Amino acid sequence: MIEIKAKLTLSSFELDVDVACEGLVTALFGPSGSGKTTILKIVAGLAQPHTGFVRFNDEIWFDSARMINVPAHHRHIGYVFQDARLFPHLSVRHNLMFSQWVRRQRAPHLTKRIDWDDVIDVLGIAHLLERSPLTLSGGEQQRIALARALLSHPALLLMDEPLAALDAQRRDEILPYIERVKKTFSIPTLYVSHARDEVERIADEIIRIDEGKIMQRQRGSILI
Amino acid sequence: MRWQLSAMGMTGRDSRYICLNISLNGCSVILTSSDISALLLSVRVASVATFVSLPFAVAVAYVLARRRFWGKGLLNIIVHIPLVLPPVVTGYILLLLFGRQGVIGYWLDSCCSIVLSFHWTGAALAAAIMSFPLTVRAIRLSIEAVDTRLEDAAATLGAGPWSCFAYVTLPLALPGVCAGALLGFAKALGEFGATITFVGNIPDETRTLASALYVYTQSASGDEGAFRLTLVSLALSVLALALSEWMAQRLADKTGLR
Repeated sequence: MIEIKAKLTLSSFELDVDVACEGLVTALFGPSGSGKTTILKIVAGLAQPHTGFVRFNDEIWFDSARMINVPAHHRHIGYVFQDARLFPHLSVRHNLMFSQWVRRQRAPHLTKRIDWDDVIDVLGIAHLLERSPLTLSGGEQQRIALARALLSHPALLLMDEPLAALDAQRRDEILPYIERVKKTFSIPTLYVSHARDEVERIADEIIRIDEGKIMQRQRGSILI
Repeated sequence: MRWQLSAMGMTGRDSRYICLNISLNGCSVILTSSDISALLLSVRVASVATFVSLPFAVAVAYVLARRRFWGKGLLNIIVHIPLVLPPVVTGYILLLLFGRQGVIGYWLDSCCSIVLSFHWTGAALAAAIMSFPLTVRAIRLSIEAVDTRLEDAAATLGAGPWSCFAYVTLPLALPGVCAGALLGFAKALGEFGATITFVGNIPDETRTLASALYVYTQSASGDEGAFRLTLVSLALSVLALALSEWMAQRLADKTGLR
C-alpha cells in the first residue's frame, strides 16, 4: 500500500492530494497538466512537495514534518518514463544491466527477485540486446525501458504515460506486454495516463485527478 | 609533398651539438640541441600540467555545472582569475606563495623538500594554473549539455551521485573533457609570462619554447632561431588542435551523440 499526502504550490499550479493506493495497479487518471506526473515524481523522490508524507508499506520515504527524505536511489522503485530515457552510450544489454552495476546491495525483504530470462521473454526483446538504443523504434525503446525498470527488482513500479509518445497502432502492440508484465510479476504499480481505454484495461483501482486535486477514487477497472 | 627527417651529430668543438634536420619540399629547418631541449621541456611541462590538473578541472567543472552551494560564484571567479589577470602578475603571485620563502613554498621545502620555483615542476604549476580556466570552461559546457533527465533515470535505477557521474555524466561528457584537456595542453605549451616570472629562464631546466624564442628575439643574430621556433610552435599547436577535433569526432561517433 502506498500513502501519499502532498502540498505543492508553483507559480501557475497548485497540488493538494491525500490518498492511499491499494490496488495492484492503481491508475492516476486525468487530463494533461492535472498534476499526475508531479505526484509520481514525488513518490519517486525526483521532486519534493513543500509539505507532505509518502509511505510505502511500512517504509517512510518522505515526511516534511520529521525532515525525512529518502533519496531516489534508495527507494527501490522502477520508473518508466514517457520518453524512454535509455542511455545512448550503452547497448541495450548494458542498459538492462545498469541497475546491477550501480546498486551495491539489494533489500531482499522488500523486493522480489526477478529473473533476467523471464523479463526478456515476457517483453520479447531477445533479438534487440546487442543493438544501440538509438536504432530502436519508439515501441521497442519503451519495452526496453520497462525491462530495465523490472530488472532493477523494484518494490514499486511507476509508469508515467508509457504509451503517450506512440501512435495508436504501436500503443495497441505494447499494451499486451504491459498486461503480461502485470500478470507475470505482480509488482505494485502506479500507472499515470490520460487515456481512458488504457486505464480500463490495466488498472484495479482508479484515482481521478484534475487541477491538482483528487476528484474521485474507485476500485475496479471501469470508469463511472 | 616530400618529407625528410634526419638527425646528425656535428663534429666540432662542442660534442653536445646535435641537430635535427626537418625538410619539407627541399626547404629545411635545422633545430639545434638547445632548440630540441626547449621543445622537449615544453612538451613535458605541458603534459604534466594537463594530466595533473585534469581531475581537478573535471571536479570543478562538475560542481559548477550541477551543484548549488554557497560560494559558487566565488569559486567561479577564482577559477577564472588567471584568464583576466596579466600573466606576469599570476607568476609573481605564484612566486610569493610557492617561492622558497613563500607561505606554501617554505612549508613544501621544509616538510617534503619540494622546491617549485626555478624548477621545471614550477613551470608545470604555472602552465596548469594558466590553462585551468580554459579546460574548466570546455568541460563545464559539455557537462551542462548532458541531459539531466538521463541522470534522473539513473537515480531511479539505484545510482547514487558517484555512480551516476561515473556511468552516465562522465561518459556522455567525454568528448568535451578530451577537447578541454587538449585545449589546456595547447595553452600550457605556449605559456610565457607567468612561467618566466615564477621559474625564470634557465637553459635545460625552465627554458621552454616560448622562453627560448624570447631569448632569440633579444639578440641581434637571433632572427633565424626565432623563425625556427616559431615554425615548431605553430606545428605543435596545429597538431594539438587537430588531434582535439579528431578525438571529439571519434568519441561522438562512438556514443552516437552530436
